[in-house]
Amino acid sequence: MRKKYFVQFILLLCSGMFSGVILAATPSASMLANTCVGCHGPNGSSLGPASPTIAGMSKDNFIEIMTAYQSGERPATVMTRIAKGYTNEEIELMADFFSKQKFVRQKQKYDSGKAKLGKKLHKKYCEKCHEKGGSSAEDDAGILAGQWEPYLRYSMEDFTKNGRKMEKKMKKKMGALQKEYGDKGIDALINYYASQN
Amino acid sequence: MFNINRRDFLNLAGGTAIVSTLGFPMVSFGASKRVVIVGGGIGGATAAKYIRMADSSIDVTLIEVNKHYHTCFMSNEVLAGSRNLDSIKFGYSGLKKHGVNVVHDLVTGIDPVAKKVSTKGGKTFSYDACIVSPGISFNWDSIEGYDAKVAEKIPHAWKAGSQTGLLRNQITSMKNGGTVVIVAPPNPFRCPPGPYERASQIAWYLKNNKPKSKIIILDPKIKFSKMGLFTAGWQRHYGYKSANSMIEWVGADDGGEVTKIDSRKLIVSAEETFKANVLNVIPPQKAGKIAFAADLVSSTGWCPVNHQTFESTRHKDVHVIGDAAMASPLPKSGYAANSEAKVCAAAVVAKLNGKEAPAPSYINTCYSIITPTDAMSVAMVYRLADGKIAKVKGAGGLTPADASDAMRQREVDYAHSWFKNTTHDVFG
Repeated sequence: MRKKYFVQFILLLCSGMFSGVILAATPSASMLANTCVGCHGPNGSSLGPASPTIAGMSKDNFIEIMTAYQSGERPATVMTRIAKGYTNEEIELMADFFSKQKFVRQKQKYDSGKAKLGKKLHKKYCEKCHEKGGSSAEDDAGILAGQWEPYLRYSMEDFTKNGRKMEKKMKKKMGALQKEYGDKGIDALINYYASQN
Repeated sequence: MFNINRRDFLNLAGGTAIVSTLGFPMVSFGASKRVVIVGGGIGGATAAKYIRMADSSIDVTLIEVNKHYHTCFMSNEVLAGSRNLDSIKFGYSGLKKHGVNVVHDLVTGIDPVAKKVSTKGGKTFSYDACIVSPGISFNWDSIEGYDAKVAEKIPHAWKAGSQTGLLRNQITSMKNGGTVVIVAPPNPFRCPPGPYERASQIAWYLKNNKPKSKIIILDPKIKFSKMGLFTAGWQRHYGYKSANSMIEWVGADDGGEVTKIDSRKLIVSAEETFKANVLNVIPPQKAGKIAFAADLVSSTGWCPVNHQTFESTRHKDVHVIGDAAMASPLPKSGYAANSEAKVCAAAVVAKLNGKEAPAPSYINTCYSIITPTDAMSVAMVYRLADGKIAKVKGAGGLTPADASDAMRQREVDYAHSWFKNTTHDVFG
């Protein structure tokens, strides 16, 4: 036994990993993505009822969100804890993987009257950054169209009530929307995005 | 004779699949690689699907005795009446669509030398790689008076399905003012927070339907999973630690270890004796029966495995995943089984294609729901370090003790989302 341990010790010295732990190589993108789909659905398109679809989002947007979870800048239930489990390189691989997947929308309940108002409000306050009715990924602003309603509601709560950080432009627009339409305006927007299926 | 290398073979195999869908007869170049999967629970079903998705030239047979699988996760919501038994029931048609050959039979033996699996129905299946996902079995001799026969009347409900239904019926038939006694198991066991979520869910039903009733948990342990969060939740909702608390936990230090039950009178003997109106005994556990028959178990009662490939350290080309595998620090949870299955599937596919096992990544997230609007979770990301599964430092952990009511309500929604997406990932 002693001899065996001695040999292992010498091997460790030679490998230059004496003080460190020998980590396996970086996992592949699909191996990493496999750890996401249990909550975020097949290829990142969630079957609901609340966890968001992450398929089709832009690479930059994905990286920005994961970094904000890691730092705690963005609030979450489990994602603040889970994001810390991945290196920058791993996050980039996942970002690349999900950016290439199709955002598959599911039918959701919504109020058509509210959705109609929401469409109008979206054009006025949101479309400039969340392009094409909130369905574009290219704007790096996050896909809203067809996103799960409870998730949209929670996000809006975080922005309006829980102090989640907004970009300057968004803060201005959100303030204007709330001043003019109050919580009804927010509710209308959520119904509009949920109506897009 | 054809002289083709492996890559050509894969290309050709893919090509023939396309041809065959056009109505031409399937052309087969030599024998394809065969994987036999024993057990159609979370681990087995996930492995079958992920092997087929990664390499459709591999012939995958999954052998499972039951036509349906009831998930253990969310089965406590059935006890509360928040969902019905059918909502946790899954079949194998989804796997068949992925080209998995599903056989309903009971595996009785695995011959690691001849590389053959044999069944009760008298069939044998040859394999290049075998993946065993045997789940758990019970140590029936550890509590006097409780065995498989008694369990037909006094449920363990630790394998979901008819046992869950039986326990639900007993709870709904119980008088207001009755006592439910839950006998918790010693470590290690399937679903560490499960007994305590169960107490919470039964308490929810009793609070709303039979508020004079009580739940006593008798535990051979001095502490349990998510203990601080559970007891805080019980204080919020069920008067825990007050004079008329609905839930009482008796740990090992207070004489909670049960040695005997009287199944006729429903009397439970720990340091003191307790009279139950409904009794739920969750016995001590070990790897599923087939793991013992196939000599995959160490003296611990569980199956030692290589943490990168889940290949048994006892028998070559036989892999063990799920609750039966010794994969600590991964817990014995459904989501861990799902994660292990994906890592194992990737390793098996690589090996059958003459490649090295890929670098793994593992995850676990476990939700515990204590009322329909209050849940908490534990999460962790794992990687391989020094050949062993290791927690990523700084990652994971519990729902914060000071999480707001709103955040705990969100956790319920995300728990249900996890259920929907994960069960699709496994069976869809």
